[in-house]
Amino acid sequence: MVEVRIRVNGVEEVLDVEPRVSLLDTLREHLGMTGTKKGCDQGACGACTVLADGERINSCLALAVQYDGRSITTIEGIDHPLQEAFVRHDGLQCGYCTPGQICSAIAMLDEHARGAPSAVTEPAATAAPELTGEEIRERMSGNLCRCGAYNGIAEAIAEVAAR
Amino acid sequence: MRSFAYLSAPDIDTALHAVSAEPNAKFLGGGTNLVDLMREEIEQPDTVIDITRLPLAEVAELPGGGVRVGALVRNSHLAAHPLIRERYPVLSQAILHGASGQLRNMATVGGNLLQRTRCVYFYDTASPCNKREPGAGCAAAEGFHRNTAVLGTSEHCLAAHPSDMCVALAALDAAVEVRSVRGVRRIPVTDFHRLPGATPHVESDLAPDELVTAVEIPPLRAAANSRYRKVRDRASYAFALVSVAAALEVEDGRVRTARLALGGVGTRPWRAREAERVLADAPATEEAFDRAAEAELAAAVGRPDNAFKIDLARRTVTAVLRRLLTTDGSTP
Repeated sequence: MVEVRIRVNGVEEVLDVEPRVSLLDTLREHLGMTGTKKGCDQGACGACTVLADGERINSCLALAVQYDGRSITTIEGIDHPLQEAFVRHDGLQCGYCTPGQICSAIAMLDEHARGAPSAVTEPAATAAPELTGEEIRERMSGNLCRCGAYNGIAEAIAEVAAR
Repeated sequence: MRSFAYLSAPDIDTALHAVSAEPNAKFLGGGTNLVDLMREEIEQPDTVIDITRLPLAEVAELPGGGVRVGALVRNSHLAAHPLIRERYPVLSQAILHGASGQLRNMATVGGNLLQRTRCVYFYDTASPCNKREPGAGCAAAEGFHRNTAVLGTSEHCLAAHPSDMCVALAALDAAVEVRSVRGVRRIPVTDFHRLPGATPHVESDLAPDELVTAVEIPPLRAAANSRYRKVRDRASYAFALVSVAAALEVEDGRVRTARLALGGVGTRPWRAREAERVLADAPATEEAFDRAAEAELAAAVGRPDNAFKIDLARRTVTAVLRRLLTTDGSTP
């Protein structure tokens, strides 16, 4: 067992974990915070997306021991206009992917605001590209939605981005 | 996942001594590939040496115009770095075409170099795979092999190298710096990955006790006019069927410099030297581009599910090179 200290939604948590335990299982099974979802458990779906010091990551591929001293934000710690926009635009049906979608979208908007390019950004662009539907879909491609609520998800993000 | 001993290395020397003392140890970077493979029990290290706290996360300009990238620079940070976007747009684009925003935030440059194939039989521990279990046989040859290679294959292995970043690094003639308790050495990235031959489980030139510490990219004027294109089964977040990294410089209607590498089709990131030979001093025309692509792909061996890649690669090479020309047939 290894002792790790992780700030989760602003609260310092001290945990004894086996090195093989993922950050996702630490959140769900050790801390009882089940808002972060386990979909594929292999980095292919994005349901487990959380923020590590503000950057989005797949918590299923993160070992908790690697995040000792880091600050993690999960859906339980988020109060953001995107949540209400997802509801209004029908950006979900079953809702299982939604916590990951929300965490991912918050970090994605932040990346965009910092000028980070995407695969569909014109290479010569130096300023932040306009956040078109194509840009949103490319930047959010790490979050799958088996219900296929993508149109609502993209609209909700576009609306909040335009505010 | 099996249990393992965990060590978080505070400095490079500690990491190198730890790995040289432990025969079945693995370095852990971003974890996006290794943690997954450990969970599937394809990788079963006794010791995991966490290197993410080592001071190897810098991107620095080299004298003469090249760039040195620390092995722990995250993929997303490298793709967004102004030096890379300006001097090597093909590298920024290649990285952005791989994985997802979340994975690129975790994945390191060193880990990307060492990521393992996505051949389905490598992952399926119920099937034979020479890469996973030397001598077991290859299930891909008679099985599902849409995502396997057509260049550099052997009777023992068809697995394609999955990286996008490495395709751009191959085109750019990057070098990999590796360190062990025995010293430091540099390996051209085009020699870093091995062809499968009769030993597909040996994937790189890296010795078990060596740590990738940096990648150095030399200056290349033509790289300012470079692009990456990736063809895949869905628009994003999928491995390549075919990808092309290209840099092109044209003078007086003739090719002055052409750099070309292919992904998705090779058992390693595939530097297209045969195509480059054909392009040298050739007229910068679509016909010449096509001939060059054809020359490179002459050695390709297709199988029922992946033979389509040969023509797809030819057309993609031609299209990317054409895209690098301005409307008057020159380069910027």
